[in-house]
Amino acid sequence: MIDFELTAEEKAKIQEAHDVAEKQFRPVSRFYDEHEHEEPQDIIDFMWNNRAKGFVTGLGVVGAMMVEELCWGDAGLYLASPGPGLGGAAVFAAGTKEQWGKFLARFNEGKPKWGAMAMTEPGCGSDTSAIQATATRDGDYWVLNGEKIFVTMGHRALDLSEGIIVVWASVDKAAGRAGMKSFVVEAGTPGMKVEKKEKKLGIKASDTVTVTFDNCRIPFSNILGKAEVKSKTEGFKGAMATFDVTRPMVAAQALGVTRAALDMLREEIDRQGIVIRYDLPRSKQTALERDIIEMESNWRAAHLLMLRAMWQLGSGQSNALEASMSKAKAGRAATLITQRAVELMGPLGYSRKYLFEKFMRDAKINDIFEGTGQINTLVVARRVLGFTRDQLK
Amino acid sequence: MLSFSPSEEQQMIVNTVKQFANDVMRKKFRECDEEGRIPAEIIDTAWDLGLVVSCIPEEYGGAGWEHSALTGTLLAEELAWGDLSMAIHILSPWLGVLPIVEMGTAEQKKKYLPLVCGGKFVPATAALVEPRYNFDHNDLGTVAKKNGGYTINGEKCFVPLAQDAAFTLVYAGDGGSSQCFIVDKGAKGVAVGEREQNMGIKGLATYGLSFNGCKVPAENKLGGERGCDFKRLINLSRVAVSSMAVGVARGAFEFSRDYAKDRYAFGEPIGSRQAVAFMLADMAIEIDAARLLNWEAAWLVDKHEEATRECCLSKAYADNMVMQCTDYGVQVMGGHGYIRDNPVELWFRNGRGFVAFTGLAIV
Repeated sequence: MIDFELTAEEKAKIQEAHDVAEKQFRPVSRFYDEHEHEEPQDIIDFMWNNRAKGFVTGLGVVGAMMVEELCWGDAGLYLASPGPGLGGAAVFAAGTKEQWGKFLARFNEGKPKWGAMAMTEPGCGSDTSAIQATATRDGDYWVLNGEKIFVTMGHRALDLSEGIIVVWASVDKAAGRAGMKSFVVEAGTPGMKVEKKEKKLGIKASDTVTVTFDNCRIPFSNILGKAEVKSKTEGFKGAMATFDVTRPMVAAQALGVTRAALDMLREEIDRQGIVIRYDLPRSKQTALERDIIEMESNWRAAHLLMLRAMWQLGSGQSNALEASMSKAKAGRAATLITQRAVELMGPLGYSRKYLFEKFMRDAKINDIFEGTGQINTLVVARRVLGFTRDQLK
Repeated sequence: MLSFSPSEEQQMIVNTVKQFANDVMRKKFRECDEEGRIPAEIIDTAWDLGLVVSCIPEEYGGAGWEHSALTGTLLAEELAWGDLSMAIHILSPWLGVLPIVEMGTAEQKKKYLPLVCGGKFVPATAALVEPRYNFDHNDLGTVAKKNGGYTINGEKCFVPLAQDAAFTLVYAGDGGSSQCFIVDKGAKGVAVGEREQNMGIKGLATYGLSFNGCKVPAENKLGGERGCDFKRLINLSRVAVSSMAVGVARGAFEFSRDYAKDRYAFGEPIGSRQAVAFMLADMAIEIDAARLLNWEAAWLVDKHEEATRECCLSKAYADNMVMQCTDYGVQVMGGHGYIRDNPVELWFRNGRGFVAFTGLAIV
């Protein structure tokens, strides 16, 4: 039965996340935007102490909507919140039960911890088949070598906590994509080093770092998925399964920031006494009304696509197509809507006295990380056409 | 509980209509467009599916199902995928019937609902749109003046099947708001104009209507003296038209997608080029996006909650989406999209109409 109603319990959880966003995140939002790389210690402690509420797990429809609420408060602070993050999502999607216990249990005990994912390298971003990092078998160990960049929360995962990082590396370069595997490395492992902290356009409260691996030895059992190099696609299945979860999750992040911009815009319009006349035909609406209707419908459409992808995941359906659809749509919608909000507010939109310009900067990353809009569009195109990566490059 | 799965019953209806659309409508739609007529046997076959009488109460000869705009959107999408002209034609009795089912007085139900519940298709229709660029359903140029009964004056256009309709719901300004009046076939003071010639929906017979001192008894005001919930009727129409937009766009998407796989250029299918493939990906995303907005709006309408905003968002989104997708359909096929041997130019012509179609269908 098609139904858009959430249960009272679900609504209460989402409201709880909204309260955190409004009361904890928003008041310090500008501060951490202007003090990049400073520790939002109060937020970190609060989020860690309240981790049982599941604010940052991002799993399922409600988890995604909670993430959306937190990003409504501040997308950077959401990312900076301790938790298993993308690394945890990868372990969850591709790991065994034993690996869940070994690597994920820590996120429920002791001091705050973070999880991170390392895929991108100086020489490759979207083209993950060009990964140069290597993992060489040495008895009961893997030896990792290589350099990873743009690792979200790598500093906090590895330097400031006993977190984990999931690293993508090749076990057999001649095998191409089939040789690509993911490995879990625990904080403090010798040979792994966090180097450069990036200065970014937005989401400044989150850290983005370079991580190098110099003969970094990890136990053999830290590999996610099978060690053998088999069919052409085998190696990437783990990564793809991860994307089924993380793409709608990033869509939810995008939609949170975007709704923040929309809500603030609506507040300003209401303050001016302007009423949006939804009941009028288009030909009678003002340019502003048309803009608002376009922005709101675009947001709502992307929101529903995200919910559908999450709902599919929760009800055991395959969602690879819909996950990419939701990410492509939400990334683009976030970009367009937040930019339009700045435009509509004129000098107020551009001024750092208000948050519109920050929302625009924070939103942009969502059309880039976890697969750019173009990569996700390519995934959708291949799937609707039934083409392989060789048939549609 | 959030869910995106139609119920079993809805799925059955969808499957039936889908099959009809594919096996019957799609065989004749080009001919209908070229000849400007829809064969009676298609309408009769559609009638036998029982869609129209489904939500008329049993006491008036219907099947007595609970009316659901959401179910309506599901079947309207499939019908419009088959052909938009036929879809509007087949569902046209709802234009007359659904407002009476929801808002009519007991006498109105008794008098008018049985008229369309016979064994054969009987058209009923509605006259909302007026022939001016700045038409506004909240500020109608057609006016009903109260004097014992009502006297209606004004001009309407885009009235489906007006010539043969058993009765017509005429929307007119009444003391500052828009209201609805049931006008019997052959009423005095109504002139049915020439059949209209439009860019698209050429299979569908639409007419202009002129009201010149047309007298309507007071009891024919929909809902009696209190009148009707006009906003809700607009919502029901916006939802209906949006779902048809999704159906038309899906047709254009599927056809051009298949073409892009078969058509070779530079030694490979044109769909192997991102310039073409990305258009198809965008179409797939936008069609799903518009459908979900449409479902949510219809779901709200069914709950009898305030849904004006959601219906507006759904319709505005669908209007843009269907134009973009039908345009892409032509663009993907290039010159082959421009010739009338292929259907995408027909969908392209139909696509532009949706901005003006509120009032031509209701679910």
